[in-house]
Amino acid sequence: MKLLTHNLLSSHVRGVGPRGFPLRLQATEVRINPVEFNPDFVARMIPKVEWAALLEAADTLHLIEVPKEPIEGYEHDEEFLRKMHHILLEVEVLEGTLQCPESGRLFPISRGIPNMLLSDEETET
Amino acid sequence: MALPSSLNRYLLLMAQEHLEFRLPEIKSLLSLFGGQFTSSQETYGKSPFWILSIPSEDIARNLMKRTVCAKSIFELWGHGKSPEELYSSLKNYPVEKMVPFLHSDSTYKIKIHTFNKTLTQEEKVKRIDALEFLPFEGKVNLKKPQHIFSVLEDYGLDPNHIPENPHNIYFGRWIADGQRDLIESYSVKKRHFIGNTSMDAGLSFIMANHGKVKENDIVFDPFVGTGGLLVASAHFGAYVYGTDIDYNTVHGLGKASRKNQKWRGPDENIRANLRQYGLEKYYLDVLVSDASKPSWRKGTFFDAIITDPPYGIRESTRRTGSQKEIPKGLEKCPESHVPVSLSYHLSDMFFDLLNFAAETLVLGGRLVYWLPVYTPEYTEEMVPWHPCLKLISNCEQKLSSHTSRHLITMEKVEEFENRDQYSHLLSDHFLPYQGHNSFREKYFSGVTKRIAKEEKSIQE
Repeated sequence: MKLLTHNLLSSHVRGVGPRGFPLRLQATEVRINPVEFNPDFVARMIPKVEWAALLEAADTLHLIEVPKEPIEGYEHDEEFLRKMHHILLEVEVLEGTLQCPESGRLFPISRGIPNMLLSDEETET
Repeated sequence: MALPSSLNRYLLLMAQEHLEFRLPEIKSLLSLFGGQFTSSQETYGKSPFWILSIPSEDIARNLMKRTVCAKSIFELWGHGKSPEELYSSLKNYPVEKMVPFLHSDSTYKIKIHTFNKTLTQEEKVKRIDALEFLPFEGKVNLKKPQHIFSVLEDYGLDPNHIPENPHNIYFGRWIADGQRDLIESYSVKKRHFIGNTSMDAGLSFIMANHGKVKENDIVFDPFVGTGGLLVASAHFGAYVYGTDIDYNTVHGLGKASRKNQKWRGPDENIRANLRQYGLEKYYLDVLVSDASKPSWRKGTFFDAIITDPPYGIRESTRRTGSQKEIPKGLEKCPESHVPVSLSYHLSDMFFDLLNFAAETLVLGGRLVYWLPVYTPEYTEEMVPWHPCLKLISNCEQKLSSHTSRHLITMEKVEEFENRDQYSHLLSDHFLPYQGHNSFREKYFSGVTKRIAKEEKSIQE
């Protein structure tokens, strides 16, 4: 699971609503997987990112050199975009869990794939 | 209707397959590249020859870099219903438009294509000679000419009734070929990871084109299966997400779909499929998830949602169920530890899908999905509707004598405000037609009737 994905996921346990974001990340196995740098794509993603959640996740994974916020003129700042590219797309959690901050429910990540299934009783109507 | 003279006229030579899907593909692609579909032809129907106006050659070339429905495109210099009409039409084509391609430093060749007829070499040479009146000043080069000109003769569509003379003759400068080669190079037969319902390569590219997928888009498939639709979108430069309720499919585990193969191998999963075509960099993530209970936070993240939802025939329609549900019909998925109910009604699924698309697509983004239909009962009213989504196209593909599926393309034209606002509107639209739910029974009813008939006739 990439950190871009973590940034877009939320718990849909019944009753939590917007308090289901961000999911608390815990990782037992992480790998760095190089991906071809595409500045245009990274620049498109920056406005979609919830920065506080990203910083929290990056901190959990002990990532260094994480920009604290989007800088002015980021669309043309290659250094900034390369850092964001690495954090959002190259760091993969292979094994771990995502935890609903409100209900505590755990969603496992195995082989890099999160399992978000909940039973009927657990989900929002 | 006369075409505006500032636009250039082009001739598209279309492939004779997926006939209904062709026009929406071309229209979607033209709008993607800043053109608009303008043509003097009333309908296109079954003909492979389409004349249309395109603002520039660049747009025409961009169109051909994407289309799998069109074989080639030509800058149209003349056409007519007879050789005389063709020559007179050519004499009316502005010389200043011809000259750049005919000057003395250039090389060229002329090809004769005939459709539904074969000509002898002698007959072809006669036709080339008849074009001597054109101001060609360059040298003929049959191997690697700079410019290729084509004469296309249309002898109709009926191989049993080939006319003496062609219905239409066209002359044009060849610009580019389409992407039909992709159909073979991405063939499911060669793909590492397939499932029972993996989409035919040609159709997957058509779907990506109907979806106006472009570079740097994010495309999502909520019923991703083995990822065939993601492969097509990634080929066009989109980054891709997929979810599926089936743990084994997403992980690439369990029984293989190929004949003679028992279990799936280690390189059989969605990521591996992308890797096979050099598209791994477009892989974002796949998740095990119930499409009716999505896990995305609030926001518009997807440029396109392109999917083939289960019809309940070869793959069951499912959603996560309740512990309270009766064991009969309930299937426990050990890896996911969540009971899975087999009774997800199809119409609920489309309701959920359209709502989801309205909520998560960017404005202008497209939803492309297959709608299974029991043909004897089909009317246009049963195509699902949503106030935020505009219907762009509806293309039918026959599956059997009494069933077909429709490829529905919708575009988000209004922002989604509040789920509650829409729920009563939508249920009014869905209650009248519950036919989708019994699709599975209807699909098989024709089969059981036929078998009963056959058995009866054997006994007699």
